[in-house]
Amino acid sequence: MNPADTTAAKRAIGEILDLHAQHDRLSQDLLLPVLHAIQDRLGFIPPDAVEGLAQSFNLSRAEVHGVITFYHYFKTTPPARCRVEICRAEACQSMGGDALLAHVSQALGCELHAHTPDGGFALEPVYCLGQCATAPAIMINDAVHARVTPGRFDRLIARATRVEEAV
Amino acid sequence: MSVRIFVPADSAALALGADDVATAIVREAAQRGVAIELVRNGTRGLLYLEPLVEVETPAGRIGFGSVDEADVAALFASGFHNGASTHPLALGLVEQIPYLARQTRLTFARCGITDPRSLGDYEAHGGYRGLRRATRMAGADIVAAVTASGLRGRGGAAFPTGIKWNTVLRAPGTQKYIVCNADEGDSGTFADRIVMESDPFVLIEGMTIAGLAVGATRGFIYVRSEYPHAIAALNDAIQTATRAGLLGPDVAGSGRAFALEVRKGAGAYICGEETALLESIEGKRGVVRAKPPLPALAGLFGQPTVINNVLSLASVPIILDQGAEYYQNFGMGRSRGTLPVQLAGNIKHGGLIELAFGATLREILIDYGGGSASGRPIKAVQVGGPLGAYLPESQWDTPLDYEAFAGLWAVLGHGGIVVHDDRADMAGLARYAMAFCAVESCGKCTPCRIGSTRGVEVIDKIRAGTERAQQVILLRSLCDTMLNGSLCAMGGMTPYPVLSALNHFPQDFGQVAGDTLAA
Repeated sequence: MNPADTTAAKRAIGEILDLHAQHDRLSQDLLLPVLHAIQDRLGFIPPDAVEGLAQSFNLSRAEVHGVITFYHYFKTTPPARCRVEICRAEACQSMGGDALLAHVSQALGCELHAHTPDGGFALEPVYCLGQCATAPAIMINDAVHARVTPGRFDRLIARATRVEEAV
Repeated sequence: MSVRIFVPADSAALALGADDVATAIVREAAQRGVAIELVRNGTRGLLYLEPLVEVETPAGRIGFGSVDEADVAALFASGFHNGASTHPLALGLVEQIPYLARQTRLTFARCGITDPRSLGDYEAHGGYRGLRRATRMAGADIVAAVTASGLRGRGGAAFPTGIKWNTVLRAPGTQKYIVCNADEGDSGTFADRIVMESDPFVLIEGMTIAGLAVGATRGFIYVRSEYPHAIAALNDAIQTATRAGLLGPDVAGSGRAFALEVRKGAGAYICGEETALLESIEGKRGVVRAKPPLPALAGLFGQPTVINNVLSLASVPIILDQGAEYYQNFGMGRSRGTLPVQLAGNIKHGGLIELAFGATLREILIDYGGGSASGRPIKAVQVGGPLGAYLPESQWDTPLDYEAFAGLWAVLGHGGIVVHDDRADMAGLARYAMAFCAVESCGKCTPCRIGSTRGVEVIDKIRAGTERAQQVILLRSLCDTMLNGSLCAMGGMTPYPVLSALNHFPQDFGQVAGDTLAA
């Protein structure tokens, strides 16, 4: 991140902490809500935010780092412009999930757990989106899609990319 | 007069394009000058028919299944908004579709019928009658009613709900809590999601009754981050209930307080384990606690805590409304009431099937499910999520009953059924079970943390044919260690899918049928 981004991120995190501080000290049970709010705002949790969070919550840096890294959902690097999450659980496997993964991986030019070099796409596994009766399921930038065939994936990703370019 | 048209806003319908269908209906109606009232209802649970559009007529609601936005113009042209059911997607009266008509909807009585955001709709369909009755009862009497109903924990462990509540009621403590486990991470399950998205007030009502019963004034609903629509629906419903005086300092004029808040998970399967969930609400890593102490005595923030699954809590309002005996009259043996079966995977008609305990797997798979989606023979079904056993066809006549499944060394769990056709590689699925455990283990106990990784390696050797006979012995020994030595069900039940796959489908592990018993 460039320095201007860092300042903006620090300001955003400060605002989030103020919002959550109902008393003069933040109680630890608000740590997850605060981390969610940071990731919602910035797309990830900057590693250099750990020290400030630790001070605000009166925790050690190790404790805050431990919480962030325990949960798969929290990211510590900036997100790709288009995030594709593909369900790898049993119900989706039973409906051609492996073949869909192979297609998606090839179409995006990106392996599972990786992102394209230009930061355009990231491909992550997810374990169950609750669409097991209409499998296989994927999520593209927080929108869930069910009964996804390779052809339907191509249409969905084209649409998501168009929306991205329009923004 | 405008005609009411229903398009579900449940995420299963949204994932199949329901928003586009709704937009197309509004646009087409405007172009044709047809006055409509669009209602975004919940799902009926007939997920194979989503998006299921319904049109209200004097005879009842007529359904049109698997509607695509491209079908909308033709639907209007056929006069569907005037009650015509000549379009090829027409299903007739929704209530008469056999898949739905043959179910026993108790917990899911309102799902798909009402607008989930409307408190008025909820109350018009029997909502909040249970709570109003509970406000006139002593806590111990509410607990006694839940105990008498025979309700057992629907999250999987099947522990009697009333007994758990009684422990909390009697526990000394200044601040007690009600916690709802809505971390529905099992593949093949979506009943919790449907309750939260399609009838959120029933969960809120159930938790409020639990609060009155045990003397808890605060509640938390822990929802997984993969369910953003459920989180939004709950937050919306909590606000509405609070404004209506059904939550807050004076619940329904009872003089007793109950406040509720949603906490969002962060993609950790283990947080569905109750003590890991409590750690997570407290802002910590979701690491499992050793029991005792039971959460009922020392749970959230060390205080007496009722922690129940969504379906357990959502079943409480009807028990208070209709009486314990009414609920208790459904079911078989010690499994009383109804089980919301979630039929998923490679199945033609997947969806939510709420039935009294006692139906057989074969009825579910064939009569409701209509066989596999691929049209190929069904090879195995996994019941009870990723930690449940695989059942071959010889076991499909088993009734859905906690004890009958335990007798097969299987579990009913949360009622999820995932179907695999004859192309399934059971050794590959066994490997997946171990790999999933390795990814999701909290790391506290060694059998789960290390055993799952060793399990993947051993299964890889078996599949590669490297010292196969010895590796099978090793796998069984490893499973024994995990079963008996793990702190919770994550490591303790991963052997269920692994060993059931090995025992019932030895040929997939390169073994001849006789080998397994000797090993």
